[in-house]
Amino acid sequence: MNWLMTLRVALRALGRNKLRSFLTGLGVVIGVAAVIAMVAIGDGAKARVEQTFASIGSNMLIVLNGSSQGGGAMGGAGSLPSLTWDDLKAIQTELSAVREAAPVLRAGSQVMSEDANWNTSIQGTTPDFLRVRSWPVAVGAEFSQTDVDGGMKVAVLGQTVVDKLYGPNANPVGQVIRVKNIPFSVVGVLSKKGQSPFGQDFDDVVLVPVSTFQQKISGGLKNFVAGQIVVSSRGQDGNARAQQQVRGLLRDRHRLTVDADDDFQIRNPSEIASAQQEGTKTLTTLLMAIAAVSLLVGGIGIMNIMLVSVTERTREIGVRMAVGARARDIQLQFLVEALTLSVAGGLIGVATGLGIAGWLASAFGWSMLVRPDVIMLAVGFSGLVGVGFGFYPALKASRLDPITALRFE
Amino acid sequence: MAAEPLVRLEDITKVYRMGDVELRALAGVTLDLLPGEFTAIMGASGSGKSTMMNLLGCLDRPTSGRYLLEGQEISRLDNDQLAALRNRTIGFVFQSFNLLSRTSALENVELPLLYSNVPGAERHARARESLERVGLGDRVDHHPNQMSGGQQQRVAIARALVNRPRFLLADEPTGNLDSRTSEDVMALFQELASTGITVILVTHEPDIAAHAARVITMRDGLVRSDLRQAPRPAVAQAGQEAHP
Repeated sequence: MNWLMTLRVALRALGRNKLRSFLTGLGVVIGVAAVIAMVAIGDGAKARVEQTFASIGSNMLIVLNGSSQGGGAMGGAGSLPSLTWDDLKAIQTELSAVREAAPVLRAGSQVMSEDANWNTSIQGTTPDFLRVRSWPVAVGAEFSQTDVDGGMKVAVLGQTVVDKLYGPNANPVGQVIRVKNIPFSVVGVLSKKGQSPFGQDFDDVVLVPVSTFQQKISGGLKNFVAGQIVVSSRGQDGNARAQQQVRGLLRDRHRLTVDADDDFQIRNPSEIASAQQEGTKTLTTLLMAIAAVSLLVGGIGIMNIMLVSVTERTREIGVRMAVGARARDIQLQFLVEALTLSVAGGLIGVATGLGIAGWLASAFGWSMLVRPDVIMLAVGFSGLVGVGFGFYPALKASRLDPITALRFE
Repeated sequence: MAAEPLVRLEDITKVYRMGDVELRALAGVTLDLLPGEFTAIMGASGSGKSTMMNLLGCLDRPTSGRYLLEGQEISRLDNDQLAALRNRTIGFVFQSFNLLSRTSALENVELPLLYSNVPGAERHARARESLERVGLGDRVDHHPNQMSGGQQQRVAIARALVNRPRFLLADEPTGNLDSRTSEDVMALFQELASTGITVILVTHEPDIAAHAARVITMRDGLVRSDLRQAPRPAVAQAGQEAHP
């Protein structure tokens, strides 16, 4: 008897007891649905974390000034100016793992348009900043290195600032804004960046050339970077390598002895992201374990019903053997029945799981990720459950003695 | 004897062992069955006729002795070879019909063909033909629970015939039938024997055995008598049953 016929015979046999077949397969349905839904949800959550951190700028480091120490009281991060403009130049030019580096100087200030005003963060920087943050300009253009060199009074606005000063969807390019009563002409508008993981609005910002910032908005010390340096890394494990290189370079340049503490700080936002992902992974592993247990229980259910079925159909087995079925035909038939139950359960489970995941994703506003490998794994595993738990009942059926089986009442 | 025997049993014994007790179900049976012979095996329960039936049907192997079926020694064949032999050479008819429930007559009859890998179209055609042969050409889609006992037994006979066996074994085929339908079934057997099929009938009813051309009586695992007789013709009423 070939496979196709065996499958048809199995389907007919299962079809004779539809409710029972359905209930038997239900264990596997629930197990697989749980796996699919959990993985989809886990991946959705993970993708959300990744997306959030990508908005900070992937492959990005932040280098801060050190903390001051006076009379035993430690100052906060950045309170001790230690990063010089030459340090920045060295970071930009000397390190292989660094792609770009840009200074960021910040000051809060009132910004005025013709008929509105808004308090926002003015940031003095260089065009590289937008590359580091992978943050393209949506309208107009970014200011150029020439603008920075010449201390030009130009500005690039974040979306929130545009909304507040000019209203939504306005194009302010060519307009003039005033910061501390100094006119800046708007040359571009940044694309929307959204919020940081901690709720800070990235779009509430006005970017101006760092030279102009120093001259007109906030003086600070001439030789030191009175803010932070953002660094983008290149290559695999770029962040880790860049962090190491920047640290080595700065310690060298600041002539720190081996046992001296760093007089600067390097922050790596992607570390926060990986910590979050670790948490998600633990949760996923736990849920997978629960799903595996329910698949096991489903498998036991299949085995139980298959054993009942073998006993119930002893006479049928006897007849089949009498008319020429070999032991392996009988074994295959019951194995295929168990396999059909579990794989059908698996497929229904996949559909149910995707349904649940889709529903949860829309309820929580996550993107739903469907991973074909997980679906194949789930269906494959349910097939394995069918073969594993169907084997013994099938063997038992095939070992029946036809004479005894035919006499069975 | 002119014709080559279909079945030859030579000093067959069968011993069942139940713990320390040995049960001698067959104590040395020697027998020839010719093609087209219609033989009834009679005997009380415990006489060894069921054991004989199982051996003849290749469902079991003798403890000693030789069993030649179509000249082939079968006591040395393995289980798969026996299954193939049952499939191609032997047809079984049982007292309780043993049809698969919730399965149409046609599919029941097709069952042996499934195990000899006959392709679908030919399978349907042969099963249909076999059902027509037993007078149930108009009942192919009926399920066993929609048929009378006589009809069910005829479906079982159609199933036994579908692989064109040389040898038909019927174990108390009329045991669950009333006398009128029994008569139908016996008429069918007589007709099949006349076409060259060797029919063996196990029964304890002398009335039924009277339709056979040869009656073998067994007692205590041995053949006590082996008589040839003029068979009483059965009056066929096939296809004219009052049952729906």
